[in-house]
Amino acid sequence: MPEHTAPAQPEPRPPASQPTAASTLAPILEGRDIHVTYGHVEALRGASFTAYPGEVVALIGDNGAGKSTLVKCLSGAETPDSGTIEVEGRPVTLPNPPAAQALGIETVYQDLALATDLDGSANVFLGREMLRPGLLGRLGVLDKAAMRARARQAFLELGVDLQDAGVPVGSLSGGQRQSVAVARAVAWASKVVFMDEPTAALGVVQTGKVIDVIRRVRDRGITVVLISHNMPQVLEIADRIEVLRLGRRVARFRADEVGVDDLVAAMTGAHVQEDAA
Amino acid sequence: MITTPSTPSATAPDPGATGGGGSRPGLARLRGRVFSSSSPAWIFLVLVVIVAVFSVIKPHQFLSSFDIKSIFINASVDLVMAVGMTFVIVTAGIDLSVGSVLVFSGVVAVKVMEALASGATAVSAGWGVILVGLLAGMAAGAAWGVAQGAVIAKAKVPPFIVTLGGFGAALGLSQVLTNGVDASDVPAKLGNTIGNGSLGPFPWLVIIALVVAVIGAGVLQSTRFGRYTFAIGSNAEGARRTGINVDRHLLKVYAVVGLLSGLAGDLSLAHFTTTTLASHNNDNLTVITAVILGGTSLFGGVGSMFGTVVGVLIPVVLDAGLVIVGVQTFWQGVAVGVVLVLAVYADQLRRKNNSRR
Repeated sequence: MPEHTAPAQPEPRPPASQPTAASTLAPILEGRDIHVTYGHVEALRGASFTAYPGEVVALIGDNGAGKSTLVKCLSGAETPDSGTIEVEGRPVTLPNPPAAQALGIETVYQDLALATDLDGSANVFLGREMLRPGLLGRLGVLDKAAMRARARQAFLELGVDLQDAGVPVGSLSGGQRQSVAVARAVAWASKVVFMDEPTAALGVVQTGKVIDVIRRVRDRGITVVLISHNMPQVLEIADRIEVLRLGRRVARFRADEVGVDDLVAAMTGAHVQEDAA
Repeated sequence: MITTPSTPSATAPDPGATGGGGSRPGLARLRGRVFSSSSPAWIFLVLVVIVAVFSVIKPHQFLSSFDIKSIFINASVDLVMAVGMTFVIVTAGIDLSVGSVLVFSGVVAVKVMEALASGATAVSAGWGVILVGLLAGMAAGAAWGVAQGAVIAKAKVPPFIVTLGGFGAALGLSQVLTNGVDASDVPAKLGNTIGNGSLGPFPWLVIIALVVAVIGAGVLQSTRFGRYTFAIGSNAEGARRTGINVDRHLLKVYAVVGLLSGLAGDLSLAHFTTTTLASHNNDNLTVITAVILGGTSLFGGVGSMFGTVVGVLIPVVLDAGLVIVGVQTFWQGVAVGVVLVLAVYADQLRRKNNSRR
């Protein structure tokens, strides 16, 4: 597991709404002119997306705007028909999720993708198990104690209180499950975490906790890409907002400069800022 | 620690905010695990009660070492298959072919021994020939498992159908190889040692079956292989997204059950000194019943080898006990059938409770 000595980011505010504005920081993840077609449906028609280090950036758009497809492309779950993806300025190909994971990009899926019969620690280490040293390890014997200890620490660092990390995650509450999925992503991500509608299924209290977790992740210097429908929530936690419409990016905002009306206008096409060729 | 404005109704389902108190949830968890209605602990209790009842009714006969020995011998071949079946069912799969693969492997073993033996039959064959034959039997079983696993994992044909086809095909091939007549020229050395001999008081069959079960338990509970098995049965798509090669793992799991069916074929051959072509049509159901009785979930993700051992023993013990008590053994089928349905019902209830939001 990567260590989390959060580089004390002195609030590196990302560039303002216009892409031409001189950005002090290079993008950590950038997708450009991405096209994806399913049969006759053009899900992405030259979509672009930019994420800067240490920010919470929201990706919003109406149903069918292409948010999910774009996130899949950037997290390795989908291969675009054309377009470029760059991580820290270097062009990359992401044929599958592990390829993205190897670059420090993790995803919290909307369905969480947890093995519900396994406990929190097993889920955090799923696919990346720690083995016992020596011969036992070569026989594939797990080091459960070490994984449990590391997982407990990961939960603690995020302020996630699991009470009993040994119960199957299927018996946890929705918020706790969400927390396990987030903790797994954050434990392995060194650069970017995608979160697809992380609070859609949660109640008020649990939503508050997840938002808190998102802020803690950002404070460690990891970029959080938030896919959400909830405009007030987006304005509350995001530093920047990128808007997709009909398979393209149509606007970029700083969260402190806009209101819900501006976002809705951009989503529905009443306001077009860029890429509108 | 996250502090939340505590409106009792909102915080009630999420007691996480209080912190501390590690022992109480631990106890609750223990209670939940040990006494959830389909757990191995419960089914072990059922076994203990059955044994106790028969022991009280006919103490001398039931507890005689002969009966205990025969109970374990009868269970051992099924147990070897059940160990493999446990892995398969934990992945939410099924293998209906085990009995036929057992027969097929036995036939291959005999045919290889015949081909290698000096005379016309393999009855007087030596240990070298026997060993090669046994390995050939296991290899045949493993190969059968790999073939089925490949179709299940790569071609995405449901395991129920693939192994149902395998069930018919393996038996058919066995009959083709033997012209439908049991081959009984099994080496005497094999029958007298592994098949019906003992190491001290312990029959070889039982020793081998228990070693397989212990290894199986270790692999399932403590290794990465076991963890992937649980993860796939729990959420195959989620496992895939974390980078686990689900297809390759499924292939391995079906190879394991094939290999163990092959070993069971060797053991059966050694014990009965014939290929028993017609006697294994129900093995699949017997073995699946045992695994489910032992608390392994038909829906995948949950299971234990200890439970499987108990699940194998229950029908065998019932059988032996009913004979001794003088009740028609047909009642065994009735009792096991009812318990099986109850076990799965309990499993469904458990799942419903667990998947609360």
